[in-house]
Amino acid sequence: MIRLIDITRTFTMGEQTVLALNQINLQIASGEYLSIMGPSGSGKSTLLNIIGLLDQPDAGQYELDDKAVTDLTEIEQAQIRREKIGFVFQSFHLIPRLTAAENIELPLTLGGVPIDERKIRVQNALQAFELEQRANHRPAELSGGQRQRVAIARATIMQPSIILADEPTGNLDHQIGAEVMLLLENLQHQGTTLIIVTHDRELGSRANRQIAMRDGKILTDQTRDTP
Amino acid sequence: MTLLDTLRTALKAVISYRIRSVLIVLAMSLGVAAVIILTALGDGARNFVINQFSSIGTNLLVVLPGRAETAGSFPGAVLGQTPRDLTLHDAQLLGRLPQVKRYAPLSIGAAELSTANRLREVTVLGSNENLIPIRHMKLALGSFITQGSERSAQIVLGAKIAADFFPHNPAIGQRVRLGDSRFLVSGVLASQGESMGFNTDEIVIIPVDYAQALFNTTSLFRILVEANNHGEIAATKQAILATLKQSHDGEDDNTVITQDAVLATFDRILHALTLAVAGIAAISLIVAGILVMNVMLVAVSQRTSEIGLLKAIGATSGDIRRLFFTEAAWLSLVGALLGFLLGQLGSLLIRILYPQFPAWAPTWASAAAIGIALITGIIATTLPAIKAAQLNAVAALNKK
Repeated sequence: MIRLIDITRTFTMGEQTVLALNQINLQIASGEYLSIMGPSGSGKSTLLNIIGLLDQPDAGQYELDDKAVTDLTEIEQAQIRREKIGFVFQSFHLIPRLTAAENIELPLTLGGVPIDERKIRVQNALQAFELEQRANHRPAELSGGQRQRVAIARATIMQPSIILADEPTGNLDHQIGAEVMLLLENLQHQGTTLIIVTHDRELGSRANRQIAMRDGKILTDQTRDTP
Repeated sequence: MTLLDTLRTALKAVISYRIRSVLIVLAMSLGVAAVIILTALGDGARNFVINQFSSIGTNLLVVLPGRAETAGSFPGAVLGQTPRDLTLHDAQLLGRLPQVKRYAPLSIGAAELSTANRLREVTVLGSNENLIPIRHMKLALGSFITQGSERSAQIVLGAKIAADFFPHNPAIGQRVRLGDSRFLVSGVLASQGESMGFNTDEIVIIPVDYAQALFNTTSLFRILVEANNHGEIAATKQAILATLKQSHDGEDDNTVITQDAVLATFDRILHALTLAVAGIAAISLIVAGILVMNVMLVAVSQRTSEIGLLKAIGATSGDIRRLFFTEAAWLSLVGALLGFLLGQLGSLLIRILYPQFPAWAPTWASAAAIGIALITGIIATTLPAIKAAQLNAVAALNKK
């Protein structure tokens, strides 16, 4: 359950002040499939970063699972990111010197999970995302689709309740992109909240609930009755 | 993130950036090796001098005629301008002092040594039977001027002189001519080479009264005195000065040099020298530290998006700071240990090349070198680590 109340975020660019988010009010239920669309500069990525606790609002209240998280310490916020949120990025953000398995293992390492349990969970994730043959390959040796599968495996290894995807298919061709979307939607079917940011209308229209943004404000918020 | 995982993750990063890591480790290890080798040289020089001194006995006191009245000038005897000479009588008086174990008067000069078919000029020492133990010399053959036979015309030859004059037959029992007198060869010195600038291989030793007769003098060049034990050196020195003052009509005109005083001075000078070279070498460690800082700063900017990602998947600022610190600690540690090995190897090489030079690096120098390497490496990483931890996650992720 995500609840945003009067969230405002401004950036200072030189002498200009840009209002990236202008008093956003939004409520997202657990297990929802939501897409945020809009042209560049509309504030959709900033909204995603604030939901993911990567960025702090200048004003407003953010409640996650009925708990105010805006005023938590840096360490507490890091813990929430680690345990409740999984990020999927357009450019994958895999660490080039680590193998696929080591990249997937990273959140577990940061969370202090014992090494034996880590190995089992990574092995299961490699199986689930059909990456067993690629476990010891570095990102440079993987195809785009494989890289994004590694990134999704990493985002889900901690079994988060929310997945935040920023243009997840932006660097993939159409068919591979569709496969990746199926993977993400499959996670949503299992109960994970899925929020996708995109400027691609076709991709955004796959979501049950579609939000359109412009100039830091929500223009429309439509929910489809049948999935 | 557990400590073990931090160590492992940082080590992986060190290994991944191979060329960078090898270069830092090299710089660090050269600094540590420089400290160790230079202190080994300095301390080796100190020990070399101490060894030289102890080869002529640490309980030794040397009595010189004359007195240094002003700082920096030699005792008068060297310039031949003392009113009252040291005499054999003075030496005998000193021999009666309770603190004195034994004494050896020393008269020195040059004379022609000849046999039937050979002749050369040699340095002649006149002394008694105590000279050998006091100066830690050794006889290769025969006997020295034995007790009570100071008046017998015996001569002891240096090893080289014995070999030159009697290459084919034993020297003992042969007769030689020194100046105008004839002497019986009673012993040959073992070859010892240089000892405090004195080549004992090319001298001859005769009883002291023969030497005084030969050089037509009653004065002595030195009196060597050996104290009963090391703790009594200062008391012995006072007793000697008092005895000689009485003997010389109340005139305080002699100088007593103790080994300790000279040794302590050399020890201080060479220790200061060792510290100085260690300090200079330590500068290279500071430079290596700055290199670590530079390289870690580059690493932070190279890995900006990686840092952003780590934050996104739940790393705290502390985790990121610790990761960078640990990475620098690994580099410094490996560099310090490699430098320690290089330094020990270099010292070993010096000892092999110059066996008489004890080039051992003192433990404090090795420990300090490794310690300074680790500390500078880690301090130098403070700035890069803080910079990494403070990166804005969103901006870091968006950096290409």
